[in-house]
Amino acid sequence: MRRAELVMAVVLAAFSGYLMWKSAELPIGWIPKRGPGPGAFPFWLGAGMLACCAWIILRWLRGGGPQASSDEPYMDRHALNQFLLGAGSLGVMIGLIHVIGVYGAVPLFLIFYMRVLGGHTWLKTGLMAILTPVATFLFFEIALQITLPKGYTEPMFYPIYDLIY
Amino acid sequence: MEVLGHLIDGFGIAMQPLNLGLIIFGCALGLFIGAMPGLGSVNGVAILLPMTFLVPPASAIIFLAAIYYGAMYGGAISSIMLGIPGASTAVATTFDGRPLALQGLADRALVAAATASFVGGTISVILFTIFAPPLANVALAFGAPEEFALMMLAFATFVGLGGDDVPKTFFSIFIGLVLSAVGLDIVSGEPRLIFGGISGFMHGINFLVLAIGIYGIGEMLWTIESSRGKLDVSQANVSVRRIIRCLKDLKGTVKAMTMGSFLGYFVGILPAAGATPGSLMAYGVAKSMSKDPRSFGKGNVEGVVAPEAANNAASTGSMLPMLTLGIPGSPTTAILLGGMVIWGLEPGPRLFVNNQEFVWALIASLYAANLFSVLINVAFIPLFVWVLRLPFTILVPIIFILCVVGGYAPTQDMHDVWLMFGFGVVGYLMRKLDYPMAPAVLAIVLGPLAETSMRQSLLMSHGEFGIFFSRAISGPIMIVAIVLFLLPVLKMVKDKIRKPARGTAA
Repeated sequence: MRRAELVMAVVLAAFSGYLMWKSAELPIGWIPKRGPGPGAFPFWLGAGMLACCAWIILRWLRGGGPQASSDEPYMDRHALNQFLLGAGSLGVMIGLIHVIGVYGAVPLFLIFYMRVLGGHTWLKTGLMAILTPVATFLFFEIALQITLPKGYTEPMFYPIYDLIY
Repeated sequence: MEVLGHLIDGFGIAMQPLNLGLIIFGCALGLFIGAMPGLGSVNGVAILLPMTFLVPPASAIIFLAAIYYGAMYGGAISSIMLGIPGASTAVATTFDGRPLALQGLADRALVAAATASFVGGTISVILFTIFAPPLANVALAFGAPEEFALMMLAFATFVGLGGDDVPKTFFSIFIGLVLSAVGLDIVSGEPRLIFGGISGFMHGINFLVLAIGIYGIGEMLWTIESSRGKLDVSQANVSVRRIIRCLKDLKGTVKAMTMGSFLGYFVGILPAAGATPGSLMAYGVAKSMSKDPRSFGKGNVEGVVAPEAANNAASTGSMLPMLTLGIPGSPTTAILLGGMVIWGLEPGPRLFVNNQEFVWALIASLYAANLFSVLINVAFIPLFVWVLRLPFTILVPIIFILCVVGGYAPTQDMHDVWLMFGFGVVGYLMRKLDYPMAPAVLAIVLGPLAETSMRQSLLMSHGEFGIFFSRAISGPIMIVAIVLFLLPVLKMVKDKIRKPARGTAA
């Protein structure tokens, strides 16, 4: 916890500084008759963020704040595993959407999560892996008319498009 | 009397088949969401908002409000049956609800919670109907400086009353505002903060991307981690006869229920305070009012009734500033407000004039949602208890998928999905260090409005910040806001003075 608190504050401080620098590329001063420049609002907010980080860092150096005196690990092994599996599989799924589309990535993700992580039966897993994309398709593509990304699987949907449009 | 006429018109709209169906469906869905440990109204509303593009705006917000209501009822179910609050708003319900369930009196606690929620909801929605029109009338006179002052007040309550770490709360507010500034500048049209010209940033960061990232993905990552080990679900025996007997038992708790309703409503109106502190306060007051304060924490029905009445009343209370002033009183209402902007409704006092039909339909739907929630809740208790046994390994991937497609739908840009994923992961990592997330969500919704009103005010005054203090309404609001901002500092100074004094005494 102790180290994580400092690392987070330093990283966020760097991000704040970067935001201020980017905002300053636009006018941040007063433009006659038009009011404050477009960069002013984000610039001063960035400054505010930086000040907050400085406050957190200074407090840490003086040993204040609940995190600075906590010996609890920021993430124990279990938490780290769960986090990497959860966030990792989700990240892989979003990446796969670019390649094999929503209707390819979603069943794979469900199979991985339910079968491999959850240990559910193949019947349950298979049912979910088929029903979820079908429901998604009916709701988004047909009811809402929002086309979800399909990647390289796009041609497989041409017959269905012919049917509905 | 005029109010009554509007309300009857509102019922006319709310009772249309589509809207009525959505209210009932929304209540049931909200109850499910609320009953699931870890998920509350804010998660449900954030994740499901993109799904409402299917229906007209008025129906969409009626549906989301019904989910909001249902989730407030549902939160009690997991508090009582699992001992894990379904949402932070139901924390106080665990104190006495869980002991009752362990004594085999789960049905008593569940019926008490549902009844109290109904009483709290009804009292608060009546108060809402009385207060909203005059407040909106007063607010019609507000100009840009007043609007800006109100937003400052909303942020100040997070700092002064939110109870979270002060620099981290400030940071959360600032980062939410900065994220809202990304994209084309509203006045000059120049692109800003587009990070090396990535085209996805040109259209700005939709508040939904942040809200779903934090309340969908981040919340699930949090739930996976904190739900280690097996859940222990209590049994509930439910039959009509038992329910009637439970209702008879509630006679003695009328006082606690009424107190909780009023307290919850007024706490709910304050931005940042909302349902969680409202219900905790109601629990405390009920304990001190009770004839038998010692039995609190060991299974006193009054300890279930007071916080449940309060958290439902608070959720209605937080709608009041959202609808009349355009300032949301809770993260959930912040998301509803953002939704209204997407649907082309201009939030703020003019809503009562320009979209009168919509406003009254929404108010009428609250009455209906309240009634349906209590009926569905009591009738299907066994079903909701079954929901609690639903394993996380089914629930989590489905919610992740809903987040991904829901995050994609509004802008149809994969860039937003990645951004949402990033917010979810970073939000989770920051939450572990006690950075509060609600102020950031409120800030990204209010950001564009705050910037416009500030720049307009400064144009009016030729760059003088004095304009916020010299006007009759914005001045006092700004002063209250500044006092709230300084409250934690004052507390720190007080503690410092007290500490050495204690040192010498010892």
